[in-house]
Amino acid sequence: MEFALYYTKRAVKDFLTNRFLNAVTTITIALSMLIVSTFAIFIVNINDIMDSWKRGVRVMVYLKEGVHEIQIPEIKRKIIQMPEVGEVKYISRQEALENMKKEMKRQASLFENLKYNPLPNIFVVRMIPSAQTWTKVEPLAADIEKIPNVAGVEYGQRWLGKMTGIVSIFNVSGIVMCCVFFMASVFIVANTIRLLFYSRREEFEIMRLVGATDSFIKTPFYIQSAIQGLIGGGLGILILFISFMLLMSSVENEMVSGFVQVRFLPVSISAAIVFLSVSAGLVGCYLSFKQFLNS
Amino acid sequence: MFHVHKRYGSHIALADINLDVEKNELLLINGASGAGKSTLLKLLYKGEAASEGQIIVGGMNLSRISSGKTPFLRRKFGIIFQDYKLIPGITVFENISLVLEVAGNKPSYIQKKVKSVLRMVGMEEKIGSLPPSLSGGEQQRVAVARAIAGGPDIILADEPTGSLDPNSADTIINLLTTLNSQGVTVIIATHDQSIINKTKGRVCYLEKGRIPRPRPVEFEKKPAITI
Repeated sequence: MEFALYYTKRAVKDFLTNRFLNAVTTITIALSMLIVSTFAIFIVNINDIMDSWKRGVRVMVYLKEGVHEIQIPEIKRKIIQMPEVGEVKYISRQEALENMKKEMKRQASLFENLKYNPLPNIFVVRMIPSAQTWTKVEPLAADIEKIPNVAGVEYGQRWLGKMTGIVSIFNVSGIVMCCVFFMASVFIVANTIRLLFYSRREEFEIMRLVGATDSFIKTPFYIQSAIQGLIGGGLGILILFISFMLLMSSVENEMVSGFVQVRFLPVSISAAIVFLSVSAGLVGCYLSFKQFLNS
Repeated sequence: MFHVHKRYGSHIALADINLDVEKNELLLINGASGAGKSTLLKLLYKGEAASEGQIIVGGMNLSRISSGKTPFLRRKFGIIFQDYKLIPGITVFENISLVLEVAGNKPSYIQKKVKSVLRMVGMEEKIGSLPPSLSGGEQQRVAVARAIAGGPDIILADEPTGSLDPNSADTIINLLTTLNSQGVTVIIATHDQSIINKTKGRVCYLEKGRIPRPRPVEFEKKPAITI
């Protein structure tokens, strides 16, 4: 504990001694992490939207014309036996028509001239939560379609599949972006530390002559890099949070409400970004030492 | 040192050196520039590794100690250089305390010890000064204070008076002989004949990397070296 305190004091002292170089590095890390966290907030909210859409996934099962009422329970039993199915609701053609009339009150005249009910009997199938993924909807629909007296199956949000693909691309790009900016931060820290090493080369030689171990020399630099990463990451998140609050206070009521609740990064992701930033500092320092000692 | 050789490529810096240094001894290594005096000292604190032969310091065979153990070997030494090797950006106090910090001493002990060694070399009032603000003689006294702060078994002084005026040089040599009389083994490498003549101690003469035999006439008055 005493040594940790000693090394931290030395690191803080070094940090303040070279404050301009360290400040530039910290701000650059902060900007990198701001970009990473902006992308993260975008991905988090896109995924939230996708999840809310996926939760609404339902399969409409249209029965063939002429299916007798007594055959309905058997069809329902076959559907509900499928493991992915959570809830099955039967809507008769009369009930469907009544619902339609209620929903389209203003266009009620359209139904007056209707000579027969064109709507089919249907089952509305909802899936269990764990099966509410796009990959499971398609096979389920195919299985239901094979049941006798089923005329067709529709899962109205076919476009959701395409959207899922697009969101996956976003997710992958997000990870790639994180990697790119992580590497950029590593590179920046490595360069700063290398500059500091070269400016203090003679000092290290003297330290070694008086019996300093490598860890005595290196530890303050690792702490210094971690401090740069911590402040940089924290600053990036803070800038994003302030920008987010300002933006939300001006647009929330007009655009966002009623659609989906846009939220800031969860604590776990914010912490992960700060951790990433600290790691970038430490890796940068490590690479710098390796290169410095090799030279 | 037993049959120690040091080569830099094809250049032979030291050849077949055999040397015993007793505890509490004052040894003067004399020779012209390029004779191998500094190299010999570097081999002792593992600033360089011997190309051949065995070096044993305080029971430790240097060819067998790992690089990780080198810092602990160096803590047995107090090293003084011609160019002082003080860190210019930190104070006299911080330069000296560094030796005690690397050894893991507590701040309260470091405070006391630094003041006490500075008092010994007569530099107590310069405790907060930066090295560049001091004269050459003062800087070398600080270097001596740093060398003795860790309580070393052996002091190695490589041309300690090389950059000093005669008065300052005398002060430094007096400090080193005083330390020797207090029980510290002192090895001084110097080309300065006046120091050799003034200082009581055994002399080892180096010529082109070798300890020649028979030794030059001017050293006959000095005690013989163990070879």
